[in-house]
Amino acid sequence: MKTSADCVNNNYMKYVSAVSPRTNEKRSLFRSFWVGGFICCIGQSVRYFFEYVCGLTGDELGAYVSMVMIFLGAILTGFGIYDRIGKYAGGGSIVPITGFANSVVSPAMEFKTEGFVYGVAAKMFIIAGPIIVFGIASGVLVGLIYYIGYRIF
Amino acid sequence: MRTVYFKNKPKIIATSTIAGPKECSGSIGKFFDTKLDDDMYGETSYEKAESRMLFTAIKNSMIHAKKNETDIDAIISGDLLNQIISSTFSARNFDCAYLGVYNACATFTEALTVGSAFVDGGYLNTVVCAASSHFASAERQYRFPLELGCTRPPQSQWTVTGAGSCVLSLSGNGPHISCATIGKIVDYGVTDANNMGAAMAPASACTLDRFFKDTDSSPGDYDLIVSGDLGTLGSRILKDLIWEKGYDIEKQHVDCGELVYNIAEQEYQGGSGAGCSALVFGSYLYDRLKSGKLKKIVLMATGALLSSVSTQQGESIPGIAHAVLIEV
Repeated sequence: MKTSADCVNNNYMKYVSAVSPRTNEKRSLFRSFWVGGFICCIGQSVRYFFEYVCGLTGDELGAYVSMVMIFLGAILTGFGIYDRIGKYAGGGSIVPITGFANSVVSPAMEFKTEGFVYGVAAKMFIIAGPIIVFGIASGVLVGLIYYIGYRIF
Repeated sequence: MRTVYFKNKPKIIATSTIAGPKECSGSIGKFFDTKLDDDMYGETSYEKAESRMLFTAIKNSMIHAKKNETDIDAIISGDLLNQIISSTFSARNFDCAYLGVYNACATFTEALTVGSAFVDGGYLNTVVCAASSHFASAERQYRFPLELGCTRPPQSQWTVTGAGSCVLSLSGNGPHISCATIGKIVDYGVTDANNMGAAMAPASACTLDRFFKDTDSSPGDYDLIVSGDLGTLGSRILKDLIWEKGYDIEKQHVDCGELVYNIAEQEYQGGSGAGCSALVFGSYLYDRLKSGKLKKIVLMATGALLSSVSTQQGESIPGIAHAVLIEV
């Protein structure tokens, strides 16, 4: 039986890549730079606010800033605004923590029609799941290296 | 691969179309029968909305043909969703025999071919052929949640929210289907699920080449050669591939996907989906055929036969195209 690899027509694939439109990299980079930077500026302002107005410090300060940014990402997703920002900014709105909130809230909204257990709860992490898995796995790996290095030296 | 000829000339006696707001504001929006303001169509889910759209299209095509449910011998329909639920759930409302067909976006011409064969052979008198698609239900099945903030690559297409239905019968008036070329699956190894135009174009060139050879005709013999949803890029590739085989279709070719949206809307390559060709044929093209402005058209819907599972397993995308010749 034929496999997909047997089907490949190299001439055609070369031709397709020659005629297919390409992403305008300069434009995408510029847009993601300024939108991503702007989101980080908001995060930094929130940080200053908690630091100098509310007097928070250390881990507590970081946690409050994350909470506010995640809340903003989630609420903008709920209002249907974040996907428009994402369409414009690309990576600029995916990389900050607001993008993480968007990747959790959007499937939760989408799969609401399949019920709260098998819809919202089960599908909530279909996009964010890999991020969490690789985040934890790399955290464990770095922790191990750090621990072993600490013991030896 | 071969072309089948329908000697008794099954006629398309009526059509009906329904489309969402984005399609209605497009270049041929004024030709649609039912124009929706809301793509949920008053339902609680997009899947339900799609079935209801298909139901409305089928129902209205029966009304336009002045036929009751008892006059309809079979409904042949399909859509893009898993297990073609939009079609089966809409057919649940009719007391008619039902055949479900699936060839992704080539479903509409597949249904027309099967329907014509039944009617021409005298097995069934009146058959309804229909197809539908919905942007939101297709998006959640094949891609990402609607609210996820991601960019679309420039080679991507936009699934049409719409449904089209037509009634085939030997008695009555209307343009008739004189022959159909049943396509074969052609796969040149395109794996990019966003580049369906490139995946489907070789199949459409293959079917069209066969069609010209079997009918011993050339592109100049037709008023229009209409492809289903190749989009701008796919259309260009089709023209190049068919030119290599010795046919120049530049003057006659139009693509339903290119027609359905305003180019200014920047939906990259245009529309796609099973509903795309059904919608454009049932409205604009049928109108032109009825008024005699078009006399002989080739309608060739094209399908990319991928699933979200096959894409994740790294399989390439098999393409298909079926062509029908519609004459006044």
